[in-house]
Amino acid sequence: MAKSGSGAGPKTRSDGAAIEPERLRFPARLDAKAKIEHLAKKTIAMARREVDPYVDIPSRTLSNVTFSKRRKIIEMGDATQRRTLFNLNQARKYMQTLLVARGCSQLLDEQKTTSIRDLYYMSKHTLADGRENTFEGQEESDPIIEDLEVTLGALREELHLFAAKRGSAVGPLTLVDAGDVIDLSRMGSGGWSVPGIVEPGTIRFVGHGARFILLVEKEAVWARLNEDKFWRRHNCILVTGQGQPSRGVRRLLYRMVDELKLPLYVFVDNDPWGYYIHSVVKQGSIGLAFESKRMAVPRARFIGLSSFDPGNYDLSEDVSIRLNDQDRSRAREILNYEWFKAKPWQKEIRNMLRSGVKWELEALSSKGISFVTEEFLPRKIADRDWI
Amino acid sequence: MAKRVTAETLSRRQREISVSEFFAKNRHLLGFDSLRKALLTTVKEAVDNSLDACEEAGILPEIRVELEAAEGDNRYLVRVTDNGPGIVEAQAPRIFGQLLYGSKFHSLKQSRGQQGIGISAAAMYGQLTTGKPVSVVSRTGPGSPAYAMQVVIDTNTNRPKAVGKKKLAEWRLDHGTRVELELEAQYVKGRQSVEEFLHQVAVANPHATLHYRSPHGEETHYARGVQSNPAPPREIKPHPHGVELGVLMKMLQSTEHATISRCLSRDFSRVSPQMAVGLARRAGIDPKARPGTVVRKAVDKLYQALNDAATRIRPPSTDCLSPIGVQELLAGLTRGIRAEFYGVETRRPAVYRGNPFQVEVGLAWGGDLRADDLARVLRFANRVPLQYLAGSCCITKAVMDVSWRNYGLTQSRGALPTGPLIVLVHLASVWVPFSSESKVAVADYDEIRKEIKLAVQTCGRRLGRYVKRKARARSEARRREVFNLYIEEIVHSVEGITGREQKLFRDRLLAMSRRKTELAGMLEEQNASADELEASDNVVVVDPNAAPPVPDRAPAAVAQSGDVKPGETAPAEPAEAAESVRPPLPVEAERDPGPQMELL
Repeated sequence: MAKSGSGAGPKTRSDGAAIEPERLRFPARLDAKAKIEHLAKKTIAMARREVDPYVDIPSRTLSNVTFSKRRKIIEMGDATQRRTLFNLNQARKYMQTLLVARGCSQLLDEQKTTSIRDLYYMSKHTLADGRENTFEGQEESDPIIEDLEVTLGALREELHLFAAKRGSAVGPLTLVDAGDVIDLSRMGSGGWSVPGIVEPGTIRFVGHGARFILLVEKEAVWARLNEDKFWRRHNCILVTGQGQPSRGVRRLLYRMVDELKLPLYVFVDNDPWGYYIHSVVKQGSIGLAFESKRMAVPRARFIGLSSFDPGNYDLSEDVSIRLNDQDRSRAREILNYEWFKAKPWQKEIRNMLRSGVKWELEALSSKGISFVTEEFLPRKIADRDWI
Repeated sequence: MAKRVTAETLSRRQREISVSEFFAKNRHLLGFDSLRKALLTTVKEAVDNSLDACEEAGILPEIRVELEAAEGDNRYLVRVTDNGPGIVEAQAPRIFGQLLYGSKFHSLKQSRGQQGIGISAAAMYGQLTTGKPVSVVSRTGPGSPAYAMQVVIDTNTNRPKAVGKKKLAEWRLDHGTRVELELEAQYVKGRQSVEEFLHQVAVANPHATLHYRSPHGEETHYARGVQSNPAPPREIKPHPHGVELGVLMKMLQSTEHATISRCLSRDFSRVSPQMAVGLARRAGIDPKARPGTVVRKAVDKLYQALNDAATRIRPPSTDCLSPIGVQELLAGLTRGIRAEFYGVETRRPAVYRGNPFQVEVGLAWGGDLRADDLARVLRFANRVPLQYLAGSCCITKAVMDVSWRNYGLTQSRGALPTGPLIVLVHLASVWVPFSSESKVAVADYDEIRKEIKLAVQTCGRRLGRYVKRKARARSEARRREVFNLYIEEIVHSVEGITGREQKLFRDRLLAMSRRKTELAGMLEEQNASADELEASDNVVVVDPNAAPPVPDRAPAAVAQSGDVKPGETAPAEPAEAAESVRPPLPVEAERDPGPQMELL
């Protein structure tokens, strides 16, 4: 019962309208475990004060991100969405949020890390009425995990979770991975596979002889460069994210740039999706804007494929692909993003739209199997032809 | 080459066709075309006559219908006894033995029978199929003795003959009539059965007490639901808009008035003397002319003048109609149908072709009615149930015209809605436009169809509000269920995080859940439409959980005094006859002793 003597029920203003309960915040000084406990205690307190239990989840939408001109990264705004128990449209998600919190709490207690798929299985069971499961699929639990991350202000890694690992790296770099010393110049044809968690507790850099880092979108192109020992000839660390790089790869790139003081070049398909991969590496993403400052590499350079490259390198129109409606609308969409407003980017994208075609990295092979290794990239680097 | 026949030879073959002979060859016209239908039509004609007679005499009707299997295949005995005013002995042979004899054909007044064919046709059918004449017992009052007779019909001459007349020293009833006749027939149960017919009579005539015994000896009783007869309908004169040319000519020939203007203003309703003069002049007739002398051509013009839109003749007065009434209809529905929601609407009288008519609609929804069936339409014309040709009847069409989806029911295109629903439609009129002589379906007049549709829609809206409110209450319960289910998960999660049992937390959340859902329920209750629904005189809602189980049939001896309000249900009584077969619709227990009579 409320001590104030105002009686049962939510507090009301003199005009009878319920006062909006204050925003639920999580102090930054707390660690992940303490934040989850804070959530539980606050929830109990809400029930005691007869406040409809809620969590305030920062919005992960375009409208709630801003591009910081000073820091050159995408940052999350202050807008939150309230999720409450006693609202039929939100009740299920509210329940799931607490279930995920409890799962993470358990991981932290037992000092284990697990995949987000595993957490889904840990938290999934059938409700008492036998008609409904707590989660009907991993696609239901994954967004809840991200909700909890942003709500608590705790990273997935801090919650002892990781996504399925994806991505490989080779090059003149030695590091310690979970206690094992690994020389990335002796990784054969497959390279070192980048783990889901690359925090200093797990990965430590020992030494390197690299001059730059090259991130390659396509694994096939990465394999070509590795086989041709491009990294040895040019002293670089060669990384692929197999498409949009995972959080592990992005965090690793950040740490290498930050700690080894190396420049990063991004080598992607010439289409709107390639541009956006570069943009996520450089500025961060809309969905994970809250992690930009730990992952974005504002100094990353777009080395290709540029929409001007096919002309400059005399690629045959035969290996181009016609833009479809989806490509065109996506291109127009990113033209309007604050962080694509720079002149070179507007020129680059408009040129692609004007040409009406897109190019995959593999298109370079039409000029010879090792054209990319022996001519294209060396010349691009020598000409400092990048954005 | 055929031999030429002279007109004289032909004339020897031409002779008057007796009505009875005509009937024998055209029995389908009057509802005797199948064995099943013959039984139903016979009972219907006898019951109609009894009810009409009682009401005209101001007596609360109590009618007993008995069916017995007679000797021989497909032979049944029908016996109908009423407590009506009785029949004067001299009239009895003509009433039961002469087609087209009666009091109702010549008057414009709302009554069940119209043409004077019914009971005499049944008697003729009985005589034709079994050779046995109709037996009648009747008594006109305690002062005179009851008499008995048999009426034989001479089918050649359309003349009845009374045989075996005798005075009875004693008869159980102070006044009343008993008709008994044997006929070839087939007894069935279910749709279009005698049981179903009587059940519907009971619904539309809550002032009548009915007793029924089936050929198997099963008894069904319907106690009176209201304690007064409907207001007696008034006789009116024909309205000019409803008169056909031939009728107009006949009226001019046979009028007792000396001038055409007097004839028009006295023999028709809503024609003033000035208007009569004007009408005659417009037809080129001297207003003072003798009606009989007006030539055909002039009558034609007069007919046109009467029906001219420019001739502003007020619609006929409508106090000649006798609707069932809102409370009476509710009483009839609740005594005959076990449902959850009852709604009734009576339209104001309207006019088609110069004939006043009035539409009443009752809905019964839920309860014992089956949810996955098509809705049933109970059709009544002047309180008489219509049993055949539902598909071509104006009433059925009007009910199908309504968009039932608006009221929370499902409905396929061009079909009746699906749901636990009975739609009762009563059409009261001085002249019901039947689509055939056997009076089983109402002809399709736009005015009538529109009135029916409007009445059904008004009832439907009330039903829709009720159904939706119920659905909301259900979803409220489901909401609480969901919250409570999730609360268990939340408490479990919080316990896991804090490492402590959180009993108080759980109790608080459950209490909040209860309050949240209750509050929503209360807000719903305060909804104005809900209040309006409850307060309406046109609606009765029976709590489906509160209604006691009602036996299929209740013993006649059960007697309770006091008025019965609609919606009340009688306490359960054990069913008397174990061999009983469920009647088409459930029947409530007898609740009113009325003036106790022995109709056995």
